[in-house]
Amino acid sequence: MSNDRKYTKKTILQYVGLGLFALSLLIFTLMLGLDNYRFTPEQLTAPFDDELHQTALREAGEASGLFSENYGTTFAATDALAATFKDAQARVDAHYEANGLPAGKQKWEVELPGWQLDSQRTGWIKNAANGPVSGSPWLFFFLTLGLGALGGLLYIIPKFRASPGIKHDHIYHSSLTRGLNLSWRSVALGAAIIGILLYGFYYMGQKMFWPAVTAVIALIIIGMVMIVQKSLGREARDAGPETYSGYLGLLAGTYFIFFYILLYWASHHIVAWVAMVSPLSEGIYRFVSGKDSGGEASQWFLYGLMYTTIMIVMGVRMISKYRHNKYQVIRTLSVMFFQLSFAFMIPEILVALNKPWYDFKNIWPLDYDFFHSWSIDGFLDNPGQLGMFMLFWGILLIIVGVPLMVHLVGKRWYCSWVCGCGGLAETMGDPWRQLSDKSLRAWKYERFIIHGVLVFATLMTAATIYSFLPERDYWFDRSTFLIVFSLLIGIAMAVVFSSWWKERFEAGRLGMILAGATGVSIIGLNLYYLSFGGDSYLFSSTGDTQKWYGFLIGAGFAGVVGTGFYPLMGNRVWCRFGCPLAAYLGLVQRFQSRFRITTNGGQCISCGNCSTYCEMGIDVRAYAQRGQDIVRSSCVGCGVCSAVCPRGVLRLENASGDIGQRTQAIRTIHVTEDDISIMM
Amino acid sequence: MHVAIIGNGIAGITAARWLRKLDDDVRITVISAETDYFFSRTALMYIYMGHMRFVDTQPYEPFFWEKNRIDLKKAFVERVDPANNRLYFSGGEEMGYDKLIIGCGSKYNKFGWPGQELEGVGGMVSYQDLQYLEERTPDIRQAVVVGGGLIGIELAEMLHSRHIPVKLLIREQSYWSNALPPEESRMVSRHIKNHGIDLREETELDIIEDNGSGAVGSIITKSREKIECQFVGLTAGVSPNVDFLKETEGLKIDRGIVVNEHLQTTVDNIYAIGDCAQLLEAKPGRRNIEAIWYTGRMMGETVAYNVLGKSVSYDPGIWFNSAKFLDIEYQVYGEVPAKGREGLASLYWEHADGDKAVRINYEANGGQVRGFNLMGIRYRHEVCEKWIKEGTDIEAVLRDLALANFDPEFYDCYEKEVVAEYNRQTGSQVQLKSKRGLEPVLKFLGLGKYGRKTAKA
Repeated sequence: MSNDRKYTKKTILQYVGLGLFALSLLIFTLMLGLDNYRFTPEQLTAPFDDELHQTALREAGEASGLFSENYGTTFAATDALAATFKDAQARVDAHYEANGLPAGKQKWEVELPGWQLDSQRTGWIKNAANGPVSGSPWLFFFLTLGLGALGGLLYIIPKFRASPGIKHDHIYHSSLTRGLNLSWRSVALGAAIIGILLYGFYYMGQKMFWPAVTAVIALIIIGMVMIVQKSLGREARDAGPETYSGYLGLLAGTYFIFFYILLYWASHHIVAWVAMVSPLSEGIYRFVSGKDSGGEASQWFLYGLMYTTIMIVMGVRMISKYRHNKYQVIRTLSVMFFQLSFAFMIPEILVALNKPWYDFKNIWPLDYDFFHSWSIDGFLDNPGQLGMFMLFWGILLIIVGVPLMVHLVGKRWYCSWVCGCGGLAETMGDPWRQLSDKSLRAWKYERFIIHGVLVFATLMTAATIYSFLPERDYWFDRSTFLIVFSLLIGIAMAVVFSSWWKERFEAGRLGMILAGATGVSIIGLNLYYLSFGGDSYLFSSTGDTQKWYGFLIGAGFAGVVGTGFYPLMGNRVWCRFGCPLAAYLGLVQRFQSRFRITTNGGQCISCGNCSTYCEMGIDVRAYAQRGQDIVRSSCVGCGVCSAVCPRGVLRLENASGDIGQRTQAIRTIHVTEDDISIMM
Repeated sequence: MHVAIIGNGIAGITAARWLRKLDDDVRITVISAETDYFFSRTALMYIYMGHMRFVDTQPYEPFFWEKNRIDLKKAFVERVDPANNRLYFSGGEEMGYDKLIIGCGSKYNKFGWPGQELEGVGGMVSYQDLQYLEERTPDIRQAVVVGGGLIGIELAEMLHSRHIPVKLLIREQSYWSNALPPEESRMVSRHIKNHGIDLREETELDIIEDNGSGAVGSIITKSREKIECQFVGLTAGVSPNVDFLKETEGLKIDRGIVVNEHLQTTVDNIYAIGDCAQLLEAKPGRRNIEAIWYTGRMMGETVAYNVLGKSVSYDPGIWFNSAKFLDIEYQVYGEVPAKGREGLASLYWEHADGDKAVRINYEANGGQVRGFNLMGIRYRHEVCEKWIKEGTDIEAVLRDLALANFDPEFYDCYEKEVVAEYNRQTGSQVQLKSKRGLEPVLKFLGLGKYGRKTAKA
């Protein structure tokens, strides 16, 4: 303890809690190396029907000694599997070379395809595991998730004894929560982006196209912000400590990033984690379905379970921190509830009942694969009405639910009350909310990137639906879709541009031009396909587009950067810069909502608490000190600016009486030539 | 025209911003020795407590000044020469001006206590004060804060956040009782003690004692009590920081720089604004020096008009203010005298928890509402102001009291209890009519579709 006393006091119980949490984290990390992996011929051949494939794999395994070795790490097991698989492929090829292909078959139909290694690897390694974790999964479950949750709660619950009020002491003194300065942050972000693009090259089967397109778009955006919008050369608000002393934050961020990389792209290395939660998954499945077997966990069950546990423990923390503020308490209970029920339990129950996995609160385009063919097939193929209801409900949320709810109360109803990503940000991410970049430059990047993702998601989905639909002879064919799609965009544009024309809101010229150009281009594109038709919409391969979107946006942006960068760029990196649904909700909020944050006359003292603790990087103070209502598309309505204001200046409100004038600076406090007053 | 502004606080910066808004050609130089950029002085405490970084207290990004062609000069003005329109900086530099605006702020009061110049004695007004406190912090095992105003409680809270035992010495029987009515004052006193800060009522500083090495070792109070401490915070008010101007020819200085209602000093092309300005005639019900954030802002804006030759008189309007006492927020609108006034009736309601209160003052004869005092509850400035301006009858105010509520959504509303308290006291049968929320407020204020077509600012 340094003698400048820049720390919060902790009780013995809290130190015990911290210790238990650290221990659980240590076990959680080290347990990945505890098990051994022994393959058997039966396991190796089980996924294959072709006898020739089975024989080749068995022989290759025997030749390479795969079945006699008990591998000590997943890395060794992976290598051995790869070598064996390659040998088996060669054996199959050699067989056909010697004996010729079966009559009427192409080689690709009968060979042992390389993608099978990728898709079977995790399952093989999972089944090969033996050792302490596989032997006693419950023990490890309790030593990691259990002990971690217990430690967290022991640390958090004593906080309820402190007197209610704002609890921000020493946030910028702690190396965990103080963040990094602009240069170090940029290095970390740059490294992450380049890493993802490089990996993307391999992910897309060593094809340059999509990583290159992404890099070009990134350069265009940088050019737009730096040159067109003249941000280059302007000294940006650094907003970071002068040193890289936020090392605990950096460490935490790195840990999160590696966790996501393993989860998304290297699940064969985390079979021990999955094995540990499998008994629980099986228990739920068997209890609900009444069956005696089945329900093994995947890495997605592990993720859902951890996500939910973390949100509940950190939700308790959020409530302890803001228990003087009913808005925060109710909002936090709401996100905890929606995560536990809608996102975690209900989908598990649905699957156990042989229904499609479905999260009733997840909305396209955040739920970007809602319209993918396997998803639609899942809804349509389901016996009974439930599948149809899910499809209908999903579409209803998109075209009625979102605009209506945002109109009434702002996008907060979703982003900070219901959404899972938002829920994690508001609970686990709360300690880092102050790290969002408030510079004007960051805001410029935000607008280009998030709306870019929305456009990409929309086009990808259009291509998906186009490919899925029959060309003719159905009540809803490709032409119908293109017309409906164009109409929806046309109506949205008409609404926005007519009110812009009537000066009902203030908006930048560049933004309006770009928005108009995008809308017109999409309608033009639709007219083209309507007139000339085509096998696929815009993209040469819809499948590749979906794959790249899932990789880059769904996993890389939302997961690796979105959560991994909590301790470096604040807890809403994804929601602020990437989420296409947030962009959609934001457009409605900006142009057609009753919601705003009102400022209380002349009480603002420009202290900056509101801006500092705005997780979306909104410079709230810039509005508050002018007495101007805050209408920003990015505002998720978390209400923390209002909570931390020491002078009672900010309030989240809804009203339709002035809906056309919300964004105008009409209530600014200022002097007229004959008087000083608060202008109304 | 070149306008030089001494001081980059809220007054000087607002003046600079409005000069640029009103005139594209005027050359503007803001001079400060304190910091490179404008920051919010009220947020100094949050830096010390680790709530914010220093950059977070700066309302404008660095490029703002260049973009708006406001030159910033970091220098200390030693002397003003009004005859030749020149400023002399320490270090020998000088600068000419056509018009000069002085917004050099306050310094904390030292009342001639023995030992007041020792190491370990400080205030909390400037950025340097904050740096000094930070520098001393490792050596402080116990601290004494002298004076129970707004800065005193902030400094106590700051030290408390660093786990330093604090004794807060106040002259009065309860905290800030020369500004707060007795009930509210006692509420804050209780709150301070509940937070573990040792509030010493009716205790005055007499001597600050040397520990033998030129630093504070202890203090002696007027009742001869000796208190060991390694830091003494002097927070017994502030006064205009005008010593460097005392010799300026033709510039009348009393406690502050004397200005007329156009904020013009006794020298034609010199103006003074903010904490350092002393109005020749105070506005009714107000003091002639007000060291308050928003009056600095209003003066800055007013002076910009006057400097550019558009005569505007300074009028701060109906009194309002706000503060936060540890965890209790405080807002005041209109007339709320600490000791009341003849003919002024006061409706006071306090929550059973003892940390929330509403006080509404009104004319005992006639019922016109005059002032609101809020503890732990937020009220709307515009609504309260309109009631006070129009002298609305207390019963009409109570019927519509929910319009004033500005607490966050889902908070408990206490308007009903306030009305019930009024009915209990007066035997009236007032019923709460309106509900809280923005829509009825827009209607009441005549905004949006309920009002005249609003002009753009």
